[in-house]
Amino acid sequence: MRRGLFPILLLTLLVILLWSPIRSVSAQGGTPTDDEVNRIARQLYCPVCENTPLDVCPTEACRQWRELIRQMLAEGKSEAEIKQYFVEHYGARVLSEPPRQGFNWIVYLAPPLLILSGVILLFRTLRGWVRPSDVDEEEIQELSDDPLVRKLEEDLRKRGS
Amino acid sequence: MLPEFGFGTLFLAFLVAVYSVLAALIGERRRRPDLVESARRAQLLTWPLITLSAGTLVWLLVNNRFDVSFVYEVTSRSMPTYLKITAWWGGQAGSLVFWAWLMSAFASLVTLRKWDRDAEFLPWVILVTSITLAFFLGLVIFAENPFNRYWQTMSGDVVERMFRPAGSLPFFPQDGRGLNPLLRHPGMIVHPPLLYLGFVSFVIPYAFAMATLITGRTDDRWIHITRRWTLWAWLFLSLGLVFGGRWAYDVLGWGGYWGWDPVEIAAFMPWLTGTAFLHSVMIQEKRGMLKQWNMILIILTYDLVIFGTFLTRSGVLSSVHAFAQSAIGPAFFGFIGLTFVLSVALLLSRWTALRAEAEMKSMLSREALFLLNNLLFLSILIVCFWGVIFPLISELVTGQKVTVGPPFYERATAPLFAGMMALMAIAPLSAWGKSTWKTLGRAMWKPSVVALLVPIALWIGKMRNWAALIGFFLVALVTLVTLYEIWRAARARQKAQKETFPVALMRLFGRNRRRYGGYLVHISMMLMAIGILGIEIFQTETQGTIRLGQSLSLAGYEVRYDDIARFPAPDGREVTRAVVSVYRDDKYLGELHPRIDFYFDTQQTMTIPGQRSTLADDLYVLLVDWQPVSAEQATFKIYHNPLVNWLWLGALVFIAAILIAAWPQPEAEMVPVVVTSSGSRRARVGASD
Repeated sequence: MRRGLFPILLLTLLVILLWSPIRSVSAQGGTPTDDEVNRIARQLYCPVCENTPLDVCPTEACRQWRELIRQMLAEGKSEAEIKQYFVEHYGARVLSEPPRQGFNWIVYLAPPLLILSGVILLFRTLRGWVRPSDVDEEEIQELSDDPLVRKLEEDLRKRGS
Repeated sequence: MLPEFGFGTLFLAFLVAVYSVLAALIGERRRRPDLVESARRAQLLTWPLITLSAGTLVWLLVNNRFDVSFVYEVTSRSMPTYLKITAWWGGQAGSLVFWAWLMSAFASLVTLRKWDRDAEFLPWVILVTSITLAFFLGLVIFAENPFNRYWQTMSGDVVERMFRPAGSLPFFPQDGRGLNPLLRHPGMIVHPPLLYLGFVSFVIPYAFAMATLITGRTDDRWIHITRRWTLWAWLFLSLGLVFGGRWAYDVLGWGGYWGWDPVEIAAFMPWLTGTAFLHSVMIQEKRGMLKQWNMILIILTYDLVIFGTFLTRSGVLSSVHAFAQSAIGPAFFGFIGLTFVLSVALLLSRWTALRAEAEMKSMLSREALFLLNNLLFLSILIVCFWGVIFPLISELVTGQKVTVGPPFYERATAPLFAGMMALMAIAPLSAWGKSTWKTLGRAMWKPSVVALLVPIALWIGKMRNWAALIGFFLVALVTLVTLYEIWRAARARQKAQKETFPVALMRLFGRNRRRYGGYLVHISMMLMAIGILGIEIFQTETQGTIRLGQSLSLAGYEVRYDDIARFPAPDGREVTRAVVSVYRDDKYLGELHPRIDFYFDTQQTMTIPGQRSTLADDLYVLLVDWQPVSAEQATFKIYHNPLVNWLWLGALVFIAAILIAAWPQPEAEMVPVVVTSSGSRRARVGASD
């Protein structure tokens, strides 16, 4: 058994070695299309003209960056690797959202927490207000000057009772 | 001489505004109606003064007075006259004059009204509007003077000063730098003025709210007085946003109308609080509740308006809109902080007096649902506000610059918008005072079943995007419920008044403009929602470099590259214009002309799309690249934007709806109400009808 293990390992290694160049050759086959480039450029922001996505930025610099993406794609780099390259060279601002780490978590956590506290506040206030009693018909009747609208509103309240 | 005249009148206007603040304050404190009247007249004087100054500025712009620095920066000889006029608000200093001019016009209009019943408000309304006006005029005079001129000193340096430095000579540049090409578009005539009109007119309800707090009146008189102001403000602001979107769609060449850019959001934030305010004032009028809340909303709206101008004008945020950067940031910041703290302090001092007069009877009543609507608007505001300021906080705290872009906003606001649509469907069917699950369920089930047919049909048509299915279901539900409510009312009127249906419908709108105008606004929002869902979820794009005679295909369309030409245009552009033919299923649909404009004066390029628009979709073709050396090849980018036209269609319906809602109501109709023996009320034809 032990003697059989070595050839198997060797064979596996050989397959991997043989297969990997095939893979990158196939990735290099043909220049990446504009659409493939834009798919990644769209997720990146122009490092010089702020708040402009890289795929639509008309400047010469951005054109070169798009070419860089094309080149990296041709080299078989993955989307994540290309993004990582841009972050390393130009900072986190090239990403369309702050990376989910450290201090940046605040941007994701603050709105839901604030909204949630708003909901709780609203319901607590409402519960304090709500006095389940019979609606004062007179009071509701005074809501509109138009008798027609008054009648429509009354219908809404009566529906189902 | 002219620049000095412009500056002089502006300075005079500033002094007059400051005087009107002091006179109103002293007149009120010392019970001197003559002083208050003097303050009112002083305020009325500011508008002609600023008009003279602004007129001078426009004259300088139109007549190529490049010795004036503002004129040099925003115009050039080659620009057509209409763009030279709009350049007034195309640069920082001029746009602040424009703000002040509109502010003064609105303040004058409001002080010209009859005050007999509300004389106690007058000094305070003057105070608030004049302080705001004086602040903007002060900014112009002390920090951003559009009348500064260029002077050449003895040493040969060119300096920018209002008055001639000793020993210097006037300096006349041959030509100006020209307006940013992005702003050279007919959209520039309407977009900024509408936005500013919206901004400025929200100052009026705020002024009345403050007057209410200061005088201690706890009734809702201020809401009645400012109801129409608020509606107009809302119309202007909404239109400013829509026109801005249309301008971006036509000019920016990214295939969309809204990019969640910080400056777009800056204009959107007061819209959110303003819309919440429009809804919640109804609760105060009808039920005497939410008085404190309405105050909070109008204070927020006012300060968000100033904050919006601050973001646009101070350059604190770097974005496509921040053309001008200057040192006016701290002044804005201080003003926003001060007005906010003072307003909130005032509100707190009257907190108990503004208690609700009525009680909330049920969690499902219409007033409770209105509160929920307010919560949603405020939630969207929180997301927007936080997204806009987080990059600043991050830079301050960690030194790291980050971008908060569309994915953040879209993910966070989409469920909130969906919730809002659900409320639009439910609220019109809920009753004031009290609703139960049973009454609501009975009212809701039929339209819900019918509306479900829409997503089912779409599912059968192979649509598998759940967000779109939910979205279109909600659109159908809101539209059905709203149309049904209108139909039900018109039918009731038709029966009661023995009118034909169209007459009943017309009179229904005529007699209840606000209610049914409001319903129509909801329908217009749904039309816009169709467009937004279409482009946001189903937009596709492709890009490719092709030779003459070759085509690119996208979403069933073929776009063939036929011709290209480069030629100079008389307004200082070099135009590269391509001709492409559009085919669908081998059927020729027409020609499009995407082009690249190169502006010599600013050395900037613009990519103008060729568009084919139908109610089903837009084909949006951009010429991305063309090199004369390889003339046969050109790069095109094509967007397929389904349903986007519904957005603009909705905007048109929206304008009509607001006009209905805000048009002055005729005198109340005389309708005797006959109470029958069974106790149910029946309306009878009135004498005046």
